Amino acid sequence: MKRLMINKIVLLLSTFAAIIGLVFLAWILTTLFLKGIDAINWTLFTKDLIDGGLRNLIFGQFVMALVATIIGVPLGMLAGIYLREYGRGVYVNIIRDLNDIMMSAPSIVIGSFVFVVVVVPSGGINGWAGSIALAIMLIPIVVSTTDNMLSLVPTELREAGIALGGSKHKVVLDIVLKAAKVGLMTGILLAFARIIGETAPLLFTSGTNSFWTTNLNNAFPSLTVSIYDLANFPTDKARNLAWAASFILTITVLIINLVGRFITRDKG
Amino acid sequence: MAKELIMDIKDFSFKYAGAPKPSLMNINLPVYKNKITAMIGPSGCGKSTLLRSINRIHDLYPNNEYTGEINLLNIQKNEFENILDIKKENEFIKLRQRVGMIFQKPTPFPMSIYDNVAYGLRLSGLKDKNILDEKVEKALKGAAIWDETKDRLKESAMGMSGGQQQRLCIARAVALKPEVILFDEPTSALDPISTKAIEELISELKEFVSIVIVTHNMQQASRLSDFTAFMYIGELIEYNKTDKIFLNPKEKLTEDYITGRFG
Repeated sequence: MKRLMINKIVLLLSTFAAIIGLVFLAWILTTLFLKGIDAINWTLFTKDLIDGGLRNLIFGQFVMALVATIIGVPLGMLAGIYLREYGRGVYVNIIRDLNDIMMSAPSIVIGSFVFVVVVVPSGGINGWAGSIALAIMLIPIVVSTTDNMLSLVPTELREAGIALGGSKHKVVLDIVLKAAKVGLMTGILLAFARIIGETAPLLFTSGTNSFWTTNLNNAFPSLTVSIYDLANFPTDKARNLAWAASFILTITVLIINLVGRFITRDKG
Repeated sequence: MAKELIMDIKDFSFKYAGAPKPSLMNINLPVYKNKITAMIGPSGCGKSTLLRSINRIHDLYPNNEYTGEINLLNIQKNEFENILDIKKENEFIKLRQRVGMIFQKPTPFPMSIYDNVAYGLRLSGLKDKNILDEKVEKALKGAAIWDETKDRLKESAMGMSGGQQQRLCIARAVALKPEVILFDEPTSALDPISTKAIEELISELKEFVSIVIVTHNMQQASRLSDFTAFMYIGELIEYNKTDKIFLNPKEKLTEDYITGRFG
């Protein structure tokens, strides 16, 4: 009887906790949806911020996230392959722990770091600095997913490759990475979704820019940094623009996440 | 008899990295050409460890210790070479092309049926498309799986049944024309019908290669093999012709094991 009672109480408490979490999520999403839908119109995608649109901001945010992915994915994957396939001894675990710490490092700290190391020497905020800050956020995520996905590949598959006369690196390239392909792709997609919505790493690195530019040496348009600026503006027009931008960003992240999950479920 | 030897294991001991004592102690075991040698014994007796020493796949993991000799006949030179002397990567690769291995669970690679069989051939440097086609077909025929696969060579090997996958793995090994094939409990993950097909295949293969098979299944050892080695806690207790081991074992321990008194 007592065990049944405790079971019921725990069930009740955990359900209650879950409901609190979900209520807030639903609240945020509905507010965002209602305010965002109102503010959305086609000209947002054809005009730049200086003319009351969001085109350059969406483009800029995407470009910086993409450049960060191009810089970060090879580095992160190589490090993950090292950890799982080549590293031996205690220091592999030390690197894993450090990587976990990096993954939970406050993003504003990463932004400040890049400000000191890149922005100050280069003489001003620019798109490259923003991309580098995002890459620093992305790398530990890619290291960790690569490490985890490779650990799911059965040892026998590696041994079978070796037993057919493969060298270690051939087996890793031809067999192990192929076997983990779906998981790795999903991991990269989710990491991309993670960094595309970041504000803090961009705040002092890329800043934002009201004008259209493709030059990463300039202050670079950022959707998230502009949301931060626009929300502080005292006019309704600016606030509406911020709502629209938030809505677009959330939908984008949601879609990327759903696609990522769909790929894993389909082939996983 | 000595003429027909393909391999001769002498005073072989093996210790895993970090283990307090050796897993194999002073093993002496001959392996005869074009015969099937079975290794039986209870779990943990070292039979798989011994098998995995013969293609030195243990070397995938560092700091294991070998002592003694595993002499493998070099057919061209007609002399024995101790494979424990191998240190260079390209010599390891050559050894593994001469000594193939089939695992407990089927291990198809995530690629097409054709590419699975061609993988080892390509690694050995073969590039000519026509020769590859020919060798793949021959290997699949050799593993009695050509009829089932000839119309779907480009399809992924992951979609085959467990028994088919295991025969594909055998085809993959056969394609390299090895001198010895090692089987590590090749049917323990398969149903009885697939098991029968694999057993028939192994019996046919001994025409071309010498075979060492580890098995938990004593009926399988008695059905298939010409020679049987019984191992217990890292030692080779008894080795003889299979019928002698099963009908008239010399050691009490062997008799107890094959009559099912332990194991």
